[in-house]
Amino acid sequence: MLRAFCIFLAVVLAGCSAERAPSPTFHPEKNPDTLSEWGVLSAREGALELSPGVTPYDLATPLFSDYAQKLRTVWTPDGQPAVYHASDAFDFPVGSIVTKTFYYPLTDNGEVAALPIRTVADGSMSLDGVKLLETRLLVRRANGWVALPYVWNEAQTDAVLKRTGDVTSLTLVRNDGGNEEFAYLVPNQNQCAACHVTNAETKAVQPIGLKARHLNKTSTFHPAFNQLDYWIAAGRLAADDAEPAPRNAVWNDEAASLEARARAYLDINCSHCHNPDGAADTSGLNLEPNAKGPALGLCKTPIAAGGGTGGRLFGIVPGDADDSITIFRMETNDPGAMMPELGRAVAHEEGVALIRAWINAMDGGCA
Amino acid sequence: MKRISIIGVLALGAACGGEPTQTEPAADAAYQETLMTRLLDAQPGDVIEIPAGTFAFDRSLSLTVDGVTIRGQGMDETVLSFKNQVAGAEGLLVTASDFTIEDLAIEDTRGDALKISDGENIVIRRVRTEWTGGPKTENGAYGIYPVQTKNVLMEGNVAIAAADAGLYIGQSKNVVVRNNRAEYNVAGIEIENTFDADVYDNVATNNTGGILVFNMPNLKQPGARTRIFNNEVFENNTKNFGHEGTPVASIPAGSGIVVNSNDQVEIFDNDIRDNKTANVIVSSIYSAGYGGGETQDDFDPYPEGVFVYGNRFEGGGNNPDGLELQALKLALVGPLGRLPDILWDGYVDETKFENGALPDSLRLCVQNGESRVVNVDGPNDNKNPRIQDADDHDCAHEKLPAVTLNGSLAEQM
Repeated sequence: MLRAFCIFLAVVLAGCSAERAPSPTFHPEKNPDTLSEWGVLSAREGALELSPGVTPYDLATPLFSDYAQKLRTVWTPDGQPAVYHASDAFDFPVGSIVTKTFYYPLTDNGEVAALPIRTVADGSMSLDGVKLLETRLLVRRANGWVALPYVWNEAQTDAVLKRTGDVTSLTLVRNDGGNEEFAYLVPNQNQCAACHVTNAETKAVQPIGLKARHLNKTSTFHPAFNQLDYWIAAGRLAADDAEPAPRNAVWNDEAASLEARARAYLDINCSHCHNPDGAADTSGLNLEPNAKGPALGLCKTPIAAGGGTGGRLFGIVPGDADDSITIFRMETNDPGAMMPELGRAVAHEEGVALIRAWINAMDGGCA
Repeated sequence: MKRISIIGVLALGAACGGEPTQTEPAADAAYQETLMTRLLDAQPGDVIEIPAGTFAFDRSLSLTVDGVTIRGQGMDETVLSFKNQVAGAEGLLVTASDFTIEDLAIEDTRGDALKISDGENIVIRRVRTEWTGGPKTENGAYGIYPVQTKNVLMEGNVAIAAADAGLYIGQSKNVVVRNNRAEYNVAGIEIENTFDADVYDNVATNNTGGILVFNMPNLKQPGARTRIFNNEVFENNTKNFGHEGTPVASIPAGSGIVVNSNDQVEIFDNDIRDNKTANVIVSSIYSAGYGGGETQDDFDPYPEGVFVYGNRFEGGGNNPDGLELQALKLALVGPLGRLPDILWDGYVDETKFENGALPDSLRLCVQNGESRVVNVDGPNDNKNPRIQDADDHDCAHEKLPAVTLNGSLAEQM
């Protein structure tokens, strides 16, 4: 009881001191109960505010998450930069805090809409007409990265640590006006790791999006800059690599080739598991940008797909999307058959259309 | 805003409020949070005891900490029910070593029931995995599913109605599978791309195929050296209800023990009876129905060094599954006859021939009394199926050593 009171008191005190502009606070061991204790983001007066030094960023092609919008931020302590790597996630200093906040625009009926909505400008985002669902943290501690899911309260004033995750029933309104009820999943802490452990042997949690090829784009938040250049200029990134940084396509940028857009989409949505050392190497399917042949799924028989085959014989049948297991697994909402296994409950129609077009444009078929 | 609700809170409220009106005991939904927290907070050496009762889960469970034991009160007393699962591709996913799970049941998961991946020193004991509606295509794929593991003991388990394999071990090394019961699965027990497995004292019945030893292409490791002995493999005649496109969907109903593209498999001292297609099938990926498509260059499709001896065969081969095998049976043994105990597709690797024949070490050897081999002549589109002369398979392979489990599992042997 005393402990509960102390926590209560701590929350109240944190609330009182929130008049000052908070600043990011690295907790080297303890997992604070509330998001505000990290001092990175705060919901005040109808706006979500980024603390000074917290840098928003986005990805050329993002992971699809039930049409949720995402606000991503990165902060490193004492102005220490992360160290650039051409293909792996950047190496961040101990004390770094990365956040990803999931939110939707609300309709008048309290449904959530599959539409992009405003993002941060000048360190603040209005919450008018917005439903904040959760903020996921990746914190770089001495022993490695730790993933922590925080769920926003109904009043939208703070988010509370929910290590066991959550399921929220939402109704999605698609762009064509179609309504769809779905179960929005906040992953539990192990499920965070299920995606962020990109090497199943080392079992180390890693950021997924914080790689050169995903970040190498014009900055949304400082449009005069390339995002990587901005990070370097702002002292967030140290790079002495003479080679130009790799660059993934923007999945819905029709100026880019179908091949580049499809591979960028598969990379960010699939390759954290489907890589040669990832959790899904049990399937022999590799969806990293350099994969080819049967490893990429071309005329490849499934291994342990069960109902995930959808009655189809091969991962990808060149020229025939409707006969390709990949398309079935992206379209189905059956938890036992869908891909990705976690993090979506509705199909990404536009993403499926992209992969469908890519497969249909291939020559050939399977013997 | 009103339409946004949290299922967990509703379920909790329902559990707390009002008089229970159900006539049968409802599954306890509140326990989900408790068990998830225990799994997240687990430390090496912890034993997580789950009480007797039926507990409902709407999401998959996972464990990532080494050295943990999960223990229920018995496979009929402690039941984890996933009937209302909305998220997660399995019931319980374990990515950890030195793991033991025992004395509980996992029921009605949307995907696999128990998956254990990338771990060493794994014990799965007296666990039941079941889809309670019986064999249905929409059931999850695997019951008990260790993959990419080393040093594994699976014993005393019961696996029922998986749409792929009841007990499956894949891409693993050093495995003992004993005293289990597999029924009404597509594949009862399946050993895939695994080195050194001993499979004994099991019962496999009413599956589509009883015990399978497979090698699949495009994976990190092939498999070899499996011993299957002292098992009861009978009446595996359930119609194939696997998903089209999965390798096991091509297994004919009525298959006892099936070796596909795997090497050095020893089948001895089993009771194998009344499997209506064949008591034993030895085949290559070419006749497995999923043999099309691309494979890695170094994949070996031929089953080599298979040795069948000293089994007790009875019945079977009297009513094979599929028109082609039916026609073949009629032609060879007539309407009332039965095919020989061992059905072989006849594929051999001619690049390995010495003096015009396969070296002894690679042959299919049979020392099993009167039991004969029917060669269905797969390489020539079944044009010349024939019952082989006993001499054709009169050879013996050096017997494989018993699998020895290491470390803490050694004392379990």
